Amino acid sequence: MSIYVWWIGEGAADPRVLESVRVHVEREFERAATLWTGDERPAGTLDERRKQHSSRGLLAWLGARVPAPASRVIGLTDVDLFIPILTFVFGEAQLDGAAAVVSTHRLMGAGRAYGSLARVIKECVHELGHTFGLVHCGTPGCVMSRSSNIRAIDVKGARLCRSCRERYRIVSQGDL
Amino acid sequence: MNSAATRILIVDDEEIIRESLSGWLEKDGYTVATAVDGPAAIARLTGEPWSILVVDMKMPGMDGLQVLEQARKIRPTTAVVVMTAYATVDTAVSAMKLGAYDYLVKPFDPEELSLMIQKIVREQALVRDNEELRRALKRECRFRDLVSKSAAMHAVFELARTAARTQSTILITGESGTGKELLARAIHAESPRAKRPFVAVSCAALTETLLESELFGHERGAFTGATVRRRGNFETADGGTIFLDEIGDVSPKLQVDLLRVLEERRFCRVGGSEPVTVDVRVIAATNRDLAKAIADGSFRDDLFYRLNVIPITMPPLRDRKEDIPPLVEHLVERIGAELGRKIDGVAQEAMARLTAHDYPGNVRELRNLVERAVVCARGSVLQASDFTLPVAPGLSDLTSQPASLEAVEKRHIAAILAQSNGNVSAAARILDIDRVTLYNKIRKYGLREVDSALESSTTR
Repeated sequence: MSIYVWWIGEGAADPRVLESVRVHVEREFERAATLWTGDERPAGTLDERRKQHSSRGLLAWLGARVPAPASRVIGLTDVDLFIPILTFVFGEAQLDGAAAVVSTHRLMGAGRAYGSLARVIKECVHELGHTFGLVHCGTPGCVMSRSSNIRAIDVKGARLCRSCRERYRIVSQGDL
Repeated sequence: MNSAATRILIVDDEEIIRESLSGWLEKDGYTVATAVDGPAAIARLTGEPWSILVVDMKMPGMDGLQVLEQARKIRPTTAVVVMTAYATVDTAVSAMKLGAYDYLVKPFDPEELSLMIQKIVREQALVRDNEELRRALKRECRFRDLVSKSAAMHAVFELARTAARTQSTILITGESGTGKELLARAIHAESPRAKRPFVAVSCAALTETLLESELFGHERGAFTGATVRRRGNFETADGGTIFLDEIGDVSPKLQVDLLRVLEERRFCRVGGSEPVTVDVRVIAATNRDLAKAIADGSFRDDLFYRLNVIPITMPPLRDRKEDIPPLVEHLVERIGAELGRKIDGVAQEAMARLTAHDYPGNVRELRNLVERAVVCARGSVLQASDFTLPVAPGLSDLTSQPASLEAVEKRHIAAILAQSNGNVSAAARILDIDRVTLYNKIRKYGLREVDSALESSTTR
């Protein structure tokens, strides 16, 4: 069962970013990853007061639209995301679910282009990890470690640590 | 501790807040549950332990402050984090005064939340580790009722623990008041015989014939006044342990009788001919130098070797002064509880004076000092003036005012008995008279405290 990478942002997609995400996701989760090019875009997720989009709303929208051959879908967007209790989130996923979303809004806003791209890749792998039931990991450098700020994303790696990989292989056995 | 062991309860009347927060924390691997209002939260708090309670300040009915107050009573170790809107920061400060761990102003920065939860988890782990270490340290410093942190006593504890698992006879030597009987009781309590009787006999307190009857029992008509058959201490202790204190003061005849019991585990009651078989573990103790007693012929060497299977020597308190502060604390706690007096501790100066003293009467002397201080203290912290450190009686004390020979003798015997902590054998040796003579003088002069101690020295 493959993973679909879907641009759902307001602006134009950057094919270089999407392809990099696809390649890394495919390698990390050892299954086919495909770029989905559907034109449909989410609506009604903007909170007028906060000027941010509800990541919950986006996840619900994505979850209802997982393309048929895929088991997981990750939506990339350029809008800023929030959950009601927090000022912002870089991304969010359904734990043990089918959908994940990552925003490039804060990730690509600062620093070198390469560094920015790396952040997006790390967050995509991280959020997809949650959809496979992986929780935050305490192993230094593991992509599943909690990263609440840009610096924390920059210092961690883009790969699952050995124990997260083991866990991923166990939980995804029937899903490959 | 893994994250799943950290249990977080989120209380908020808004479903979207409960869901987003629990979803966020679940990804950290914590065990998260939610409650829709205050009463539901209190019910969950009462039913099971929670590490962290995250509660919204503004809720209909029971508000966050009320939940906080209840939570502090039900689960004082649960850290309570209060969530509040910006406009009610003042209320959040009030929450802090009521014992909240911290507060978060909604919406909060993800890093702020993560760091706060991590900090709480770390602090709670430290508290747990600290408690565990304190418990371990206490275990390390104790062998049942014996408290010590000296290396010499730890070696004693180690040997006693090993000996407790065996059936071998133990000989405990050491000065009066070092806790020989306490050690014997501890060994019994740690042994497979713990559920059977522990019988302590003070061999120095009784005359030869009385002790013989006490130990082995007697048949009806064995001697004048023996109107009924009586079981002795060995029979009473069957299956358990007999503690023969002051074994060095046993008469030559009884030494032979004891040797036979130790060899055959059989004896006859006084005036009887039917052998009685018993299963008894023998622990003997003495403050005498038995090697010297063997040399001067007052103690049988064959009995000594029978008794000395596992020798344990209790070091005097003056050789382990590091034990004085923990012993004082232990005794203050115990005696305070026994007497129903709340004592908060011992002043530094008092502890320094207690530590400087040499304790010829060892732990027993220290216990008496502490007991007197606990009884007489005016405040909740024991001061140096509450402890009356004894001064050895000098000649000037005895001759300071005219007195009859009897009055001087009474005073002198009382002083020597006090110095020997009621040990009649030790006092008799110092006074250079035999035990029975001293015992008679104790009765004559009405030195009741010692008298009653002697009467109760044979206890079960």
